[in-house]
Amino acid sequence: MTDTRKPVESLLTDYDIFEPSFIANPYPGYSEIRESECPIAHTDRYQGSWLPTRYEDVVALAQEYEVFTSRGILVMPPPPGQAEGAYGGVAAPPITSDPPDHHWHRRLILPVFAPQAVAKYEQGTKDLCNALIDEFIDKGTADAAADYAQHIPVRVISTMLGVPFDMEEEFTDWVRGVLENMHDLERRKRSRQSIIEFFLAQVEDRKKNPRDNDLITELLNTEVEGKKVPIEYVLGVCNLMLVAGIDTTWSAIGSVMWHMAQHPEHRKQLRENDDLWPTAIEELLRVYAPVTMARIVDRDIEFQGCPMKAGDRVLMAFPAANRDPRQFENPDEVILDREHNRHVAFGSGIHRCAGSNLARLEVRVALQTWLERIPEFELVDPASVTWAGGQVHGPRSCMVKF
Amino acid sequence: MGSCHGHQMCAIAAPEVFGSDELGNATVLIAGDIPAELEGKARRAEANCPERAIIISE
Ligand code: HEM
Ligand code: SF4
Repeated sequence: MTDTRKPVESLLTDYDIFEPSFIANPYPGYSEIRESECPIAHTDRYQGSWLPTRYEDVVALAQEYEVFTSRGILVMPPPPGQAEGAYGGVAAPPITSDPPDHHWHRRLILPVFAPQAVAKYEQGTKDLCNALIDEFIDKGTADAAADYAQHIPVRVISTMLGVPFDMEEEFTDWVRGVLENMHDLERRKRSRQSIIEFFLAQVEDRKKNPRDNDLITELLNTEVEGKKVPIEYVLGVCNLMLVAGIDTTWSAIGSVMWHMAQHPEHRKQLRENDDLWPTAIEELLRVYAPVTMARIVDRDIEFQGCPMKAGDRVLMAFPAANRDPRQFENPDEVILDREHNRHVAFGSGIHRCAGSNLARLEVRVALQTWLERIPEFELVDPASVTWAGGQVHGPRSCMVKF
Repeated sequence: MGSCHGHQMCAIAAPEVFGSDELGNATVLIAGDIPAELEGKARRAEANCPERAIIISE
């Protein structure tokens, strides 16, 4: 496919988050914008958006939920004729909800993701990582993104939702259709439709055949103020688990593998010092924060000197914020025992990632299990690594040898 | 902890001082003054909370 996009004139006034070199490595671009006179860039591409890059601005935006609403959270507007919200007709509460409903939308799922609650997925995650490694360990080579990282979160989520692993390929395809290939409007529409249809059938099934220890059954039986929650909410949460829980975590695991393949000194540090893991995982999440979210401006306002209009889209570039030298010393360096690390890979404010404890567990177990079995490995060819970017950034192919 | 949104970065920095309730929001595990040997960790928790929800008073 030839690239027909027009060349970027200036990052400050014409950035293009889907431009291939920006997808592969957005950090120099973020830095150029951040250190310019105008650290909040603007583009007319994809119907227009603003791009703040300083930590302070990104956090301020995330906190101001009344002005910067979650009516639209994708970096590109939906296809013509579809409503805003992650999936138009079917939302993805609580991520697409605004107060007052946001509160109960979030409250209901928080217990599912509390540290104590996600701990029970540790062994299962480790087992599935080992099973994946069994497939390629004798070959001496593997794609750390496509053969490993990609399969981990989707299987964890399938377990949580009580659907068989053989849905893996479809789930992955749908999520990519919505999040990574959103400029392909036909694919986005089709993917959205598939998700709705699939979970509608699952919900119907659980109504007839309720299961024990099953999230969908539990949600169907949940009451708020004496009334069962609406079906749309249950569907929305299933939808959310796919869009929020798969691409994001797989991208984080992939980036971590890519990093470790190139840094034997970090592998050694982690092997020799068990106490390093908690800060190391936070540091890797800071540097390789995969997720950028969008907001829709509620009313005309001036934000840090920028004249924003009602309906404008603003990107919350958490990956840019996490490398702001005003907030982090040597921001581009990975320091596994970094002490001061107020990173915002999981966002900030009322929408901040509800699944972060699960995400951390998956990233840690994925890396620990790999390092136990394959302590030494390296990239086959740094130039052949391919990336996804835009809203979710991470490697999609990353060949390593060992 | 009014502005706590459950990042759990405090519990990562100072597991002896901060825990989690069933919603994943922070709880303080010790009553009264922070023992001197935990003060460094508690300060780190304060410095790592993205919501600035932790304030350690002198
Ligand atoms: C490394 C992996 C992950 C990253 C970097 C990440 C990042 C984020 C970010 C930045 C937000 C804020 C969205 C906003 O402000 O609009 C968010 C929200 C959310 N994430 Fe994650 N996420 C990850 C994994 C997960 C997982 C595994 C789940 C659960 C299955 C999950 C569930 C959620 C939910 C439910 C929300 C919405 C919370 C709300 O709106 O109140 N995330 N995530
Ligand atoms: S780091 Fe801050 S927001 Fe997070 S759990 Fe601790 S107190 Fe709450």
